[in-house]
Amino acid sequence: MRTFIGIDLGSTTTKAVLMDENRQVLGRGITNSRSNYDVAAKVSKQESKIAARFTLFKNALGSGGGAELLLADLERNFRLEQFLSELNQLEATCYRYLDHERFKDLKGPLREALETVFKTITVEAPTIYAPGAERKSDFFRDIAGSRFMNLAESVGKQAGLSFDVLLNVYDKSIIDIESQVSSDETVSAQLLNGLARAMGEVAGLDISKADAQKALESVLGQELEETYVVGTGYGRVRLPFPKEHIRSEILCHGLGAHMMFPRTRTVLDIGGQDTKGIQVDENGIVVNFQMNDRCAAGCGRYLGYIADEMNIGLHELGPIAMKATKATRINSTCTVFAGAELRDRMAMGENRADILAGLHRAIMLRAMSIISRSGGVTEEFTFTGGVAKNEAAVKELRQLIFENYGEKTINISAESIYTGALGGASFAHSAGN
Amino acid sequence: MNNSNQDVIKSNSQLLQKEMISRNYDRITSGQFKVSSTFVPGNLNELLMCFDIANNLPEINAIQNAMRKKSGDFITEAERSGHSEDVCTYVKADIGMMEKGNIAPNGKPFPDPDMLLLSYTGCFTFLKWFELLREQYKCPTVMLHVPYAADGKVTKNMRDYIVTQLKEEVIPTMEKISGIKFDIDRLREYLRKSAQAENDLVWMLEQSKHKPSPIDCYFGGVYYMGPIFTAFRGTDEAIVYYKLLREEIQQRIDLGLCAQTPEGDMSEEKYRLVVEGPPNWTSFREFWKMFYEMGAVVVASSYTKVGGVYDYDNFRHDPDHPLESLADYCLGVYTNRNLPTRVDMLARNVKEYEADGLLINSIKSCNSFSAGQLVMMREIEKLTGKPGAFIETDLVDPRYFSAANVKNRLESYFQMIDQKRRAGGSATVAV
Repeated sequence: MRTFIGIDLGSTTTKAVLMDENRQVLGRGITNSRSNYDVAAKVSKQESKIAARFTLFKNALGSGGGAELLLADLERNFRLEQFLSELNQLEATCYRYLDHERFKDLKGPLREALETVFKTITVEAPTIYAPGAERKSDFFRDIAGSRFMNLAESVGKQAGLSFDVLLNVYDKSIIDIESQVSSDETVSAQLLNGLARAMGEVAGLDISKADAQKALESVLGQELEETYVVGTGYGRVRLPFPKEHIRSEILCHGLGAHMMFPRTRTVLDIGGQDTKGIQVDENGIVVNFQMNDRCAAGCGRYLGYIADEMNIGLHELGPIAMKATKATRINSTCTVFAGAELRDRMAMGENRADILAGLHRAIMLRAMSIISRSGGVTEEFTFTGGVAKNEAAVKELRQLIFENYGEKTINISAESIYTGALGGASFAHSAGN
Repeated sequence: MNNSNQDVIKSNSQLLQKEMISRNYDRITSGQFKVSSTFVPGNLNELLMCFDIANNLPEINAIQNAMRKKSGDFITEAERSGHSEDVCTYVKADIGMMEKGNIAPNGKPFPDPDMLLLSYTGCFTFLKWFELLREQYKCPTVMLHVPYAADGKVTKNMRDYIVTQLKEEVIPTMEKISGIKFDIDRLREYLRKSAQAENDLVWMLEQSKHKPSPIDCYFGGVYYMGPIFTAFRGTDEAIVYYKLLREEIQQRIDLGLCAQTPEGDMSEEKYRLVVEGPPNWTSFREFWKMFYEMGAVVVASSYTKVGGVYDYDNFRHDPDHPLESLADYCLGVYTNRNLPTRVDMLARNVKEYEADGLLINSIKSCNSFSAGQLVMMREIEKLTGKPGAFIETDLVDPRYFSAANVKNRLESYFQMIDQKRRAGGSATVAV
């Protein structure tokens, strides 16, 4: 079948959206941008195809008869298969690095320690992907990395090995693993293995194992032809396709937001490195935009920096800030100054939640300035980008929009991170037809 | 016409201008002439010539240093001596250059100026800048106060006020410094020559009404306006330069060529823009390239009016009313115009030059240009129905040029224009 793909290369994550000829989104894929945009583009594209296969499989199964349960379990098991496969590759790569000059002398003990570490992670893997298990990130680098760090420290200690050496082997190997893109064959095998596991786990299905396998094989046999691919985002010029396949992310975000919420006239996008205020017309065409200048103050990266400063995860910032009883006044959204202000407020004995609430407000105040310079909020408003997932940021935004523009409809899609890629896919659809 | 053997393709008029600039630096640094430092907007070059005083323009020095990649070091030097990050970067580049030996682009040291001629034409920083130089050089400083044209009109009172200052302050100071008696007929002669070159300059500005435009009136324009706004207005050299330029442009029109760029002629003109604000100088070539490689040409710009405005209300220096015409020249400087006039000027440009819209390059360290620009953009969008866009850079501070950011905005703007064109009047087509 003909498909149209939009790829949004962000500074933090790379997203892909795949749509069919009827402009129906079949799949979305996301990966970390890993400072290698070519690979990130390929991985996200592959991920969107995987998601599309799920959609097609779902369509083939129809509803009822436990299909939903099977699909959920298949997805979980597929991710487990994917994880185990990458973990195997990571392990093999680590061993290869042991022949390097630097590690040669310790090769024996290092190999032994690594075997213990990987064995433990392999045993733990089903728990990581158990039903209902929470993961802070879905990226292999994050999951495998955090388990590796935890285990390597104690295993290394027992073996009298320095943690740094083990870490070094890991660091070198993960880069190699991250630059690999799973082939369609590998993905198919993982999906079929995942299905086999799922069929064994889910009880009370009306679908026979043979029928499910046949349906999945038929979906896997279907070619997803890349009829037209459009790239957007900061890494767009690195995409391995011609200029006419590249669109500005401002236009893509405007169009994407319009497709999600057709009555949108103002879009705020806060990404890793920039904040954009975009005005669109009734067709999703950009009529005006403003964005932060040279300085990325108040962008997503600022939150990442704050999380690092506070030694907490990026995902934890919002929930902690939501517990605030007041918002500490933070004047600067300058990433450098913010660190100093943060420490200053902490030293003054301010509550961590209140400080974080203040920081979220500071970001949104800056975003409001960009929105107002782009033309303000007159009708429906849509918030997109990674920061739209942060509940504390959203709370401050709602408050500020109300204070400045009165009661307005504010749209935030659960899929808001894909807005740019969705716009890109739509551009691809128009260009390819 | 083009000398294609060079890395950067330059026309004969550009090569001639290069020689002219270099001769002027030799004159300034020769030690044989009295030297006055003065500013570009509303400069009184013809008057200085009446006293054989060489004209040294600190803004031009800052630009030269920026294009030679030296301004960054000079700015850091000025900051070390206590000038804040937010101060006009022309000022800091100048102060830093002084602190690092005050070497002119020809490699010779600049002499200490014999006078500072401060024509105040809408930029408050000029006052502070020369205050710093006065402190350094302890030389006579004469200020010509030009009233701000706040109501958009020049009154007789304003003109008389300037003429009185010229008669009572400026000319006597120049006489004293140079030892030369003021000769109004000499001034008339220079002004006659100014007007002659100015006619060709205005002809040049208007040629970008052609489609395709034979010239770029912003990036190319800064070269074309060079002689008229610096030490050459009133000279035979300027007349020759503009005659040559006119011939070159005429030839381009006859051949149907698109605008000239450092990499040759643009192959296709896709977008026609009007630009407000000075260019960035530290990444001038890179900046320009972002336009021409996308097929964008600037058909009119306010920066080509920064020294004086000729086309909007048809001003020419007038030998019959020499001092009054100097006054009018100063009063008409772009930064001395109020916002409604600037809006009118730019909106007319968008319409008359059939541009796709207005692009504002807002300069971080230049308030006299930047204040009110967003409001202007909205107004011009309303008046013309064409989309505007806003980018932010700086004059000569390399730290404030983010290529990725500027390019992102420009590409978005060009694609926005495309999208609008494609959508045409249709209300249903989204892309």
